[in-house]
This record gives sequence, C-alpha cells and structure tokens, in this order.
Amino acid sequence: MSDLRDLYQEVIIDHSRRPRNFGPMPGHNHHAEGFNPLCGDKLTLYLKVVDGIIEEVRFEGAGCAISTASASLMSEALKGKSEAQAEELFARFHALLTEADEKQAANQAESLGKLQVLAGVRDFPARIKCATLAWHTLHAALHDQAAPVSTE
Amino acid sequence: MNALTERPEAVPATFDVMRLRDDFPILERRVHGKPLVYLDNAATSQKPRCVIEREARYYAETNANIHRGIHCLSQEATDAYEAARDSVRRFINAGRREEIVFVRGTTEAVNLIAASYGQRFKPGDEILITGMEHHSNIVPWQLLCERSGAILRVASIDDAGELDMASFEQQLGPHTRLVAMTHVSNALGTINPVRKMIDLAHSHGAVVLVDGAQAAPHLEVDVQTLDCDFYAFSGHKLYGPTGVGVLYGKAALLDSMPPWQGGGDMIRQVTFARSTWNDLPYKFEAGTPNIAGGIGLGTAIGYLESIGLDAIAAHEHALLRQATARAADVPGLRLIGTARDKAGILSFVLDDVHAHDVGTILDSEGVAVRTGHHCAMPVMEHFGVPATVRASFALYNTPGEVDALFAALAKVREVFG
Repeated sequence: MSDLRDLYQEVIIDHSRRPRNFGPMPGHNHHAEGFNPLCGDKLTLYLKVVDGIIEEVRFEGAGCAISTASASLMSEALKGKSEAQAEELFARFHALLTEADEKQAANQAESLGKLQVLAGVRDFPARIKCATLAWHTLHAALHDQAAPVSTE
Repeated sequence: MNALTERPEAVPATFDVMRLRDDFPILERRVHGKPLVYLDNAATSQKPRCVIEREARYYAETNANIHRGIHCLSQEATDAYEAARDSVRRFINAGRREEIVFVRGTTEAVNLIAASYGQRFKPGDEILITGMEHHSNIVPWQLLCERSGAILRVASIDDAGELDMASFEQQLGPHTRLVAMTHVSNALGTINPVRKMIDLAHSHGAVVLVDGAQAAPHLEVDVQTLDCDFYAFSGHKLYGPTGVGVLYGKAALLDSMPPWQGGGDMIRQVTFARSTWNDLPYKFEAGTPNIAGGIGLGTAIGYLESIGLDAIAAHEHALLRQATARAADVPGLRLIGTARDKAGILSFVLDDVHAHDVGTILDSEGVAVRTGHHCAMPVMEHFGVPATVRASFALYNTPGEVDALFAALAKVREVFG
C-alpha cells in the first residue's frame, strides 16, 4: 500500500474540512443527485450554465474526505468551462484514477492542474468511487438525468 | 452473555486463545506488510482448518448428489449431509431434525417465511419488526406487504440502541400476525430480550421469527426454551462456509405452509395434473443444495461445541469491555450502540473524520473493520450518522488486537491532525 500521505494530501484534507462552493444555489438551471449506496455518501450538484458555459457550480451533501474534497476541487475546476470541456476533464480525471498504464495516467496529471492531488486514490481501488461520485453527478446534471446517480 | 458493565464473567482457564488461533490458517496472513487484525467478524468470520479440510475432503472423496443415487458415493454424501442436519438440531436444541431446513443463509430463510407463510396474509394483517433490523429483515416484509395488503409496523429503539419495550407492546395488537426481530443487532451489538418479546407476541396470537445471524456465533441458542416459531442463521458467520444457512421452524407450522420453490427433492409425486410434496424438511429444499457447505457447517458446529459457546461468549465479552473502556479515552469518539446487554460489537464514529477514511487508514495498519451503514440504514438514520466504523470480535481475537485497533486509530489522528 502506498503511503497514506499520498492519499490524504494536505490539499485534500483542507478541501474536505472547508469545501469550496458548498451549499444550495438558487437560480441553478441544472442539478443532479449522486449517491454511493455502499458508503452512504450523498451529494446534490447545482449548475448554472449560460450559453454552454458553466458559470456557477455548487454542491451540498455528506461524504468522506475523498468524495467531499473531490467535489470541492471539481467545483473550482469547472467554472468558466464549456460543457464539452467539462466532459473532457471528467474523461481525463477518470483516466488519472483508473488507467491501467501508469505512464498514460501520469500524462493526464499535468493537464489536470490542482485535480491531480487526487492521483493517490488510484492505489486505493476501494476509494475510486468516492473520488468519481461528484463527476458522475456532473455528467448527470449536464444531461438533466432525473434518476439519482449511483456509483454501484 | 451478561450486562456490559455489571457482571464481568470469567473466561475459563481452558480457553486458550493463542492455541485456537493456530486453527485458523488465514490469521497468519500479513496485510500491507502488517499482521492481519481481523475485526470484521460480524460480516463474516474466518474458517478453522477443520472446516476447510472437511469441505475439500468431501469434494476429493465423496462428491455425489444426495437423496437420489443408489451408489456408494451418493449414500456417503447423503449420510454426511444429514449428519450435519443432526448437528444443527443439537446445536440449537430443536426437538426434531425435520424442523431444520437448510437454506442459503439468513436472508433466504426470511424470504422463505415471507413467501410461504406470508401467503395467508390479508389486507389489514400486521407484521411487527423493530427499528434495529438488518435490511434483510425489513425488505422481504415490505415486499410481502405490497403483495398482500398487510401493514408493516416498527417498534422504536432508544438512544442507547435498546428496544423500546413500551413501543413494542403498544404496537402488538389483534391484527399482528407475525413478529420478526433480530436476536443481536448487527449494527449496534444490542442483545434483544427475545424470550420476553416472544411471550408477548404469542399472547397476541402472532408467530415469531428470530433473525439469529449475529446471535448464533456468540450466544447459546435454545429454540425450545425461547419458544420461537422460526429461527434463522447463516453458516458463514458461524465459522462455517458461505452459501449455507438454517431455518428452524416448528414442525406443525412448517407442515401447514406451502412449498416455497418447486423442483427436485421437494416432491413426492409429479404428474402434469398435480404434484404432491415431500415430507419435512425436504418440502422446502428444492434442487441440489450446497452439499459441501452443509457438511462444512456441521464440522464448524462440532468445532464450536468442542470449545463451548459460554467460553467464547465470555472471551468476546472481555474484549468488548476492554475496547469500550479504551474508546472512552479517544477524543471525539462517539459509540453508536451502548445497550446494557451487548454482544461483541463496537460501533462508533469520530466527530470530524468520516467512517470510510477511518476504514482506509485502519486497513493500512492491517486492521480490518467494516465501515458503512451495515445494511441497517434506518439505524444510521436514528443516530443521525451516515455510516459507522464497526469492530466485531470473534473467538480468535486477542487483547493485543484490541490494542492494535486503538493504535491504528491514533494513526487516523496523525493523518487528519
């Protein structure tokens, strides 16, 4: 097992304790619910998308440090991105955590900015769903899926 | 098992935990470079060598289908499987071997009762459960209520995680047809006063199903003294194989119930016009069962009997007392489930670290615990927590392992500051 510090980096602890963009968003025009039935993690994601650009992102819910930090970091990364850019970011983030080829995964890291602090999760397979819950919920929100997203 | 704080019982001198540990090959394992400290016994227990070898020997020497063949192997397999049924009968002191139905596990046993006994339920009939049930003792009743129009009632629990007996009594009434309750709560460790509850239910004419999944490995169970109508437990929590469990039912009740699944072994005669059913317990055992699992369960029971459930209960209780005392010294730790009468389960939350993060850090120290809702979401809701960390003890755990749990918890503090 990798060092726990690779998983619980300071940035992650900080974002889990003080999540950014946390709380409801009046006037949102997209939202979705994410649910991790095995863990009980729950989050609701709100988006304000204007002319294809994500202007505002907020979320609320309860979860572990990894899922909360991931949602918080995602909310920062998405602002000002187009819907297509957001989906592409999700694909790269997913590859960072799940790509079997370490080199390819590492290649993603550079383009992910602050999100790469979550790279340590790839060595903890049981926790990957914690880190991706917010992103799956984002996908559902952009596509206006009514049913809550489940990581199972 | 006695009240947690009141009557410390002595572990008999003959109980040698270090010697017993040698019976469990998996305990020699290392996890992430650390010795395995297995404290997830309420999820499933580890298996002694005798059980592992008995299953292997069945496949190596006697494998054949049972109750069918005239040949030697089939006869040997049948004898071994039926001997296991006798072991189960003795283990829970059932009056007759016909009252022991082999199933896949506790969940299947509950579903069997809901499907078969439940056929007589009508709109307005009531089923009473408690607020500390496992999902497998909630959902089958909800499904039955949807089918039959029956109503599900729930007796509440208090903040210690004990059953509110006033609520239980109040919800029993002339329409109560069935009461289903856990003997020991998997999420809280609470031991329910089942004897008293059964008497109360009977006085209202209801039949009683006891979910014994968490009780059978830790308490002596005597179904005749309890006078329960049905009792269910799983092999894999009882140091036996997965995929085998037991439904005990009073013969008269089982006799009055329609078959659950149709197929081979459960019939007497089949024509296209109609079929007739086999005798108990085979009426409820359609298809080829988990033969090796059943035989392995018989071996596990023999192993437990050789140690003695009383000694095991006393040992686990000593570990629970030690862990409960240690927990009081951990800042920000809140126990979930503080019933006076508890089995060896320590469920808790830390005020600023989520259970899953605790679980990952404990795992990195070789300590295996369960984190999550423990298939008891209503219990989590009652205590206002999304998940807990649960350490659960078995006969092979040691005081040193309790120390290891708390040393690993100190590591959580190190990481989270």
